[in-house]
Amino acid sequence: MNKIRITVGMGSCGIAAGAKPVYEKLDELLKEKNIDIKLDETGCIGMCYKEPLVEIEDMENNIKTLYGGVDVKKAEKIFNEHVLNGNPVEKLIVKSSDKKGSEEDLFKKQYRIVLERTGVINPESFNDFIESNGYAALEKIIKSMTPEDVIKEITESGLRGRGGAGFPTGVKWNFARKSKGDMKYLVCNADEGDPGAFMDKGILEGDPYNVIEGMTIAAYAIGCTEGYIYCRAEYPLAVKRLKLAIKEAVNKGYLGNNILNSDFSFNLKVKEGAGAFVCGEETALMASIEGKRGMPKIRPPFPAESGIWGKPTNINNVETFANIAWIIRNGANKYASIGASKSKGTKAFSLSGKINRTGLAEVPMGITLREIIYDVAGGILNGKKFKAIQVGGPSGGCIPEHLIDTPVDYDSLNATGAIMGSGGMVIMDEDSCMVEVARYFLNFTQNESCGKCTFCRVGTKRMHEILTRIVEGKGKMEDIDKLEELADMVKESSLCGLGQTAPNPVITTIKYFRDEYEAHILEKKCPAKVCKELIEFTIDADKCKKCGICAKNCPVNVITGDKETPYQINQDACIKCGNCLRVCPFDAVDVK
Amino acid sequence: MSGKKEITVLDIVERYKDKKGALIPILQDVQDVFRYISKESIEEIAGNTEYAESDIYGVTTFYSQFKMEKPGEHNIKICQGTACHVIGADTVLDVVLEELKLKDYGTTADGKFTVEEVACLGCCSLAPVIMIDGEVHGKLTPDKIRSILKSY
Repeated sequence: MNKIRITVGMGSCGIAAGAKPVYEKLDELLKEKNIDIKLDETGCIGMCYKEPLVEIEDMENNIKTLYGGVDVKKAEKIFNEHVLNGNPVEKLIVKSSDKKGSEEDLFKKQYRIVLERTGVINPESFNDFIESNGYAALEKIIKSMTPEDVIKEITESGLRGRGGAGFPTGVKWNFARKSKGDMKYLVCNADEGDPGAFMDKGILEGDPYNVIEGMTIAAYAIGCTEGYIYCRAEYPLAVKRLKLAIKEAVNKGYLGNNILNSDFSFNLKVKEGAGAFVCGEETALMASIEGKRGMPKIRPPFPAESGIWGKPTNINNVETFANIAWIIRNGANKYASIGASKSKGTKAFSLSGKINRTGLAEVPMGITLREIIYDVAGGILNGKKFKAIQVGGPSGGCIPEHLIDTPVDYDSLNATGAIMGSGGMVIMDEDSCMVEVARYFLNFTQNESCGKCTFCRVGTKRMHEILTRIVEGKGKMEDIDKLEELADMVKESSLCGLGQTAPNPVITTIKYFRDEYEAHILEKKCPAKVCKELIEFTIDADKCKKCGICAKNCPVNVITGDKETPYQINQDACIKCGNCLRVCPFDAVDVK
Repeated sequence: MSGKKEITVLDIVERYKDKKGALIPILQDVQDVFRYISKESIEEIAGNTEYAESDIYGVTTFYSQFKMEKPGEHNIKICQGTACHVIGADTVLDVVLEELKLKDYGTTADGKFTVEEVACLGCCSLAPVIMIDGEVHGKLTPDKIRSILKSY
């Protein structure tokens, strides 16, 4: 038998999809047959829609075969046929280095820098990291580069902050380097709070050492001796792996005092967030690290001059740090050759919503939204019609179909009214109501507003009330003007990014989907048939085959009927969830 | 952590002695042990640290992680992320509330479950999802939710 390694995808998505019992089954089979095969785990492979994923690597011939949608039964089949007898189970292959897999297209347009190792190495293995060029960049700078050289390299690479605003990273580091102070702090913003965004989670769970290496290089360049990774408490697996990696890096001399026997020291800690979206804003994040309520402060002074405990502080996002070691290893020129003219390199996106391939993808900047939606994400689910792509979370906007050829770079996305943001993309089809989506985001921002600025605190609430009125069919035409007026005021009069960008989902939906607002107000109709107050579900007695699937799936048990009588919905008690419509095999449910 | 019950608020405060910015970690540890931040805990932290009761109350109420009421035995987080929302998080909530005989988010009368919302669990590809005691359940349907709840 050839030398084989079995790897199971154990990111939090994989685990949620059932990777643990698969892993345990494989472990049990290996023990039962008493075979010496390495069973390993890895982070997010990016193919979340095919989880759980199992990879069989033939190490002698260097052939990797990735299986998708594996459950315990299929794992046993793969083990018996492929591992024991060398016959791959072809119909389960999603990607393979020597055969045709069903999902090869997902990777064709990707370029992996920050996700280079995620889904490949065991994120908890220091050796796996070292064997895949890990810490080569840190060794290089300590041996042969001055802090100024490092900053120059990063500046020339054209890397811009991946947290959303896109400020040039090298320039930011230079400010912090020049700032005077007896000690300086370095912070990694891992408070990925945008709903619909999970790139940073993928990076932290899949390759924590890479983020730590990037931070250590930044600390060397800026002159920081203390650092924090501020991570969301909702990401327990990321926190666990980071803590493990920090401990191991210190043990091996790559972190802590006198790194690699030089006089450079850098101590790193993980701070767990306590659940506040606004803490993604840098001054609020620093207040939270200091143990206070996470409320933003006026800038200037900027963190580079006066940050944590009044000391100069440099903050970057997870993905920004994840690019650093690659740039040092491969050079600024190579990095700058990837991407668009003013947006260099790649960007990781989390793709979700009504698409065929949900997951994590890293693409070169400048690729169009169309390529991402149709080539990478495999197009719209169930052959439905694309309506909009939501980019940038609650700070971003909804981009409609006629702008689908917009290239993905900071400036082009800004021109649409959306923003790059941290990289969440939620794709919506004809069944999504854009007014309702705007209401959803305003509900989020008004909940998460820290309350410091009046317009953000009260303005978002009023906007949410107006939007609620419209989706309930009680809106008036002047409500649209009122929304636009309030949007301007909230944008202009808020201190931090949360308030300044909170109106974006409303502004873009009014701009591109005004007809939907008008339909709700004038005709009292929801064109996408989503808004509960404006629709009614009925069962067509002629089409009903009396199977009872609708009644079984009704969450409130208001559908009655039996084998003799066609099923009927009690309109007074119906909550209009639409489940009956989705599950009916005979198209007997109508929505009006 | 073994012997959880014996740990007192004072023990936790001692862990962070002379450490700057320790209030949030103290509260996180207190909640970890006692499952919520009681009025008595706040008083005890204030009595043994530099923080005023009002500051501690301010921080506790600011962050959604901290609970000031005794939670149910099991914690159910309903994901209200964008992907879950467009795919049907509202239905998930309806089913959970209906099954547990709750009118809104909160704790069941028997103290067995606490239902709360969460902005996003980052498992968008498995939408709609919920998290029960730290474990994520995805691609939910009303039937699936009912059988998951019955297993507790």
